[in-house]
Amino acid sequence: MPEGQFAKGIVAGRLTPEQYADNFSDLHQPFSEHEARVEADRCYFCYDAPCMTACPTSIDIPMFIRQIATGNPLGSAKTIFDQNILGGMCARVCPTETLCEEVCVREVAEGKPVQIGRLQRYSTDVAIAQGVQFYERAEPTGKKIAVIGAGPAGLACAHRLAVKGHEVTIYDAREKAGGLNEYGIAAYKTTDNFAQAEVDYVTAIGGIAIENGKALGRDVSLSDLASRYDAVFLGLGLGGVNALRSQGEEAASNAVDYIAGLRQASDLSAIPVGRRVVVIGGGMTAIDVAVQAKLLGAEDVTICYRRGKDQMNASLFEQDLAAATGVTIRHWLAPRRVLADGDNVSGIELEYTRLDGDTLVMTGETMTLEADQVFKAIGQTFAAGALNGSGAQIELEGGRIKVDAEGRTSLDKVWAGGDCVAGGEDLTVSAVAMGRDAAESMHRALMGGQNG
Amino acid sequence: MADLRSNFVGIKSPNPFWLASAPPTDKAYNVIRAFEAGWGGVVWKTLGENPPVVNVNGPRYGAIWGADRRLLGLNNIELITDRDLYTNLREIKQVKRDWPDRAIVVSLMVPCEEESWKNILPLVEETEADGIELNFGCPHGMSERGMGSAVGQVPEYVEMVVRWCKQYTRMPVITKLTPNIADVRKPARAAHAGGTDAVSLINTINSITAVNIDTFAPEPTIDGKGTHGGYCGPAVKPIALNMVAEIARDAQTRGLPISGIGGVTTWRDAVEFMALGAGNVQVCTAAMTYGFHIVQEMITGLSNYMDEKGFASVDEIVGRAVPNVTDWQYLNLNYVTKAKINQDLCISCGRCHIACEDTSHQAITKEVDGKRMFMVMDDECVGCNLCVNVCPVDDCITMEPLPAGALDERTGERVPEHYANWTTHPNNPAAKVSEPAE
Repeated sequence: MPEGQFAKGIVAGRLTPEQYADNFSDLHQPFSEHEARVEADRCYFCYDAPCMTACPTSIDIPMFIRQIATGNPLGSAKTIFDQNILGGMCARVCPTETLCEEVCVREVAEGKPVQIGRLQRYSTDVAIAQGVQFYERAEPTGKKIAVIGAGPAGLACAHRLAVKGHEVTIYDAREKAGGLNEYGIAAYKTTDNFAQAEVDYVTAIGGIAIENGKALGRDVSLSDLASRYDAVFLGLGLGGVNALRSQGEEAASNAVDYIAGLRQASDLSAIPVGRRVVVIGGGMTAIDVAVQAKLLGAEDVTICYRRGKDQMNASLFEQDLAAATGVTIRHWLAPRRVLADGDNVSGIELEYTRLDGDTLVMTGETMTLEADQVFKAIGQTFAAGALNGSGAQIELEGGRIKVDAEGRTSLDKVWAGGDCVAGGEDLTVSAVAMGRDAAESMHRALMGGQNG
Repeated sequence: MADLRSNFVGIKSPNPFWLASAPPTDKAYNVIRAFEAGWGGVVWKTLGENPPVVNVNGPRYGAIWGADRRLLGLNNIELITDRDLYTNLREIKQVKRDWPDRAIVVSLMVPCEEESWKNILPLVEETEADGIELNFGCPHGMSERGMGSAVGQVPEYVEMVVRWCKQYTRMPVITKLTPNIADVRKPARAAHAGGTDAVSLINTINSITAVNIDTFAPEPTIDGKGTHGGYCGPAVKPIALNMVAEIARDAQTRGLPISGIGGVTTWRDAVEFMALGAGNVQVCTAAMTYGFHIVQEMITGLSNYMDEKGFASVDEIVGRAVPNVTDWQYLNLNYVTKAKINQDLCISCGRCHIACEDTSHQAITKEVDGKRMFMVMDDECVGCNLCVNVCPVDDCITMEPLPAGALDERTGERVPEHYANWTTHPNNPAAKVSEPAE
């Protein structure tokens, strides 16, 4: 047991190297070939399968599972990639318990769905490990397309465009491509640098150049790109975070930034974490930061959410994962004041809430939790500033980019998809679907109905 | 607890579960373990003349598997015992002495010559074993030498050898039949004519279980080559049941005792064989898959079943289903059923729909009022039962008979009250037509 395990304040090195390695190993161990076949055999190969309907990318799930069962993992991987080129990451991060696995007929029948996510990981891992490329690029079209953002939406869009024979340049503000896959997903869901391996796999088709460290609004402008390229796809993600609107907020840490730092760390023992940690929020990010704080050695981690369990955006699976890791989840508590002396947090004052009809009201009763680190994880916002001011105004809806069913924005030649557009589900898999479908729409528009 | 004692052609055993002549009964060590586990009897692995045969030293078994590598069918190319005849005889005698309440039957296979049979029978008799089983079934190896199924496939030879055995021994003779024949009733009749006390069936079925698609050699592969072997296990049970029933209901062999063999894995399998006329059952593959302890499941399962049904002895089960096995031409064409899907049990997998839609009679919906729902359309359903068979949920789909007088929506006709079969159907050119000729 390292000396610093119970050190006060925000300190690094609370655990032994073995503990770090163990805590941040794969959340779901990959299937062996035999395990995959046994699990695949549980699939009933449903007609018009509910799982397929529930998948935002409409993967032919019964078929890819049957291909595993028959010892054809490469065929299985192609079935997945045909619909979702980021099927490897989606296999790891999709909230399958609220998508395909929720509607699996075996979930209905016996409360134990076929483990679709882990099966998808099995076959995509086989294909990526072997470096098998299933797609050949069409004859060059001579069209050049700019994609802003190398996250799931941008990568899916770029890959489909490359398949069609277009030349794609991706601009991304960060040092590495991948977007949330690289900077946002909890570390134990994507081990062994999988996000970069997947970027390499996706771009190996050719015709995709990635320009890292190029931020929209700083290094490139939308009007300039729109004039230099035949079309532009915006896959910007969400650049801002919601404010707590509580006193002393500046002493609180931003969960998104903290997770990004953790993901980029080569040595987890160098990541400081509080002994007592409070996380404000009720979504996946709140769970991710709370669980990882616990895994980094925080003695006590509490999530405080201002509404009830049923209103939490985090799935039941994620809530259970947090509980199993030792995180306490408390409901009906809203933050009032972060207690701090300068940057040194000592606690947080919260106020109990209740529902008055449909309205959340403060009860006046307060309580204080001791804490040396407070995270805010109460949602992200689209930072529209980078878009506008460099030409024609793009139309927004509810603070995000307005698009039609094909992903077309209000601007000519400009499409958008992923978390930055209005009406989305803020899921990796939905971002992939939007990027892919926008690419098809762009292709139709650019080719004027030619070349399919 | 029900009385499971069995008396098969005078051979008594505490239960009707015997181990078949096969690797599990090759020597005293295994047989003693089987008796300790509770098996009622064994048929000792087939003895032959000295010098003993030799076996291959490469793989002797091939298999097919279901989900989770559950073994469904096993194939073997092992021959009869490769141990010295006198070693076997000595062990048989000792084990019988030590386990007098268990049945020990000795399987035999010697060349199709009277002298050979005449010589070996007294040796077996001397062991005080309870009976002999004539191995006319092995489809591999021995058949190339004019024994095993090479005998079983020629009814005249079967009758001849049985006659010799009845002549030269007082022990009960059980004739083991091969399924590798067009009509199993013929060797059964021949054995009967020769005076056999019983038949046992089926022996294994000629088979190639798989082909290695890298080396392009059949499995099991011995140094790059393979040969057909004998197939057994759960996969062969339906074939065995039919052959048992054919002999049980044949006018010429009716009443001939039958020892049922072929994929018996559970007490339920045993009851099915017995209902079709088997006086007892012999088991091999299930023991080779799971070990001897499974007999306890069979004993308790059979016992509970008999208690539930009020059967006092196993003989009350034997042959109970035989009167209900008939020819197609006598099936009641006025019996009309419709599939019915229990919507409370349905898990909406849609397999019934797609099976019916693609391959049958387009009689199951995929949606009702715009919602995913699987319902049988009585005006299309022919009552084929395919949906029942592909449904993954027990008892979710049932076949419901229409009562007499009810409207069959498919034909638009009322279900007649009377029984009518093909022999009198107007579409049957051979039917006796009562209408006057023009």
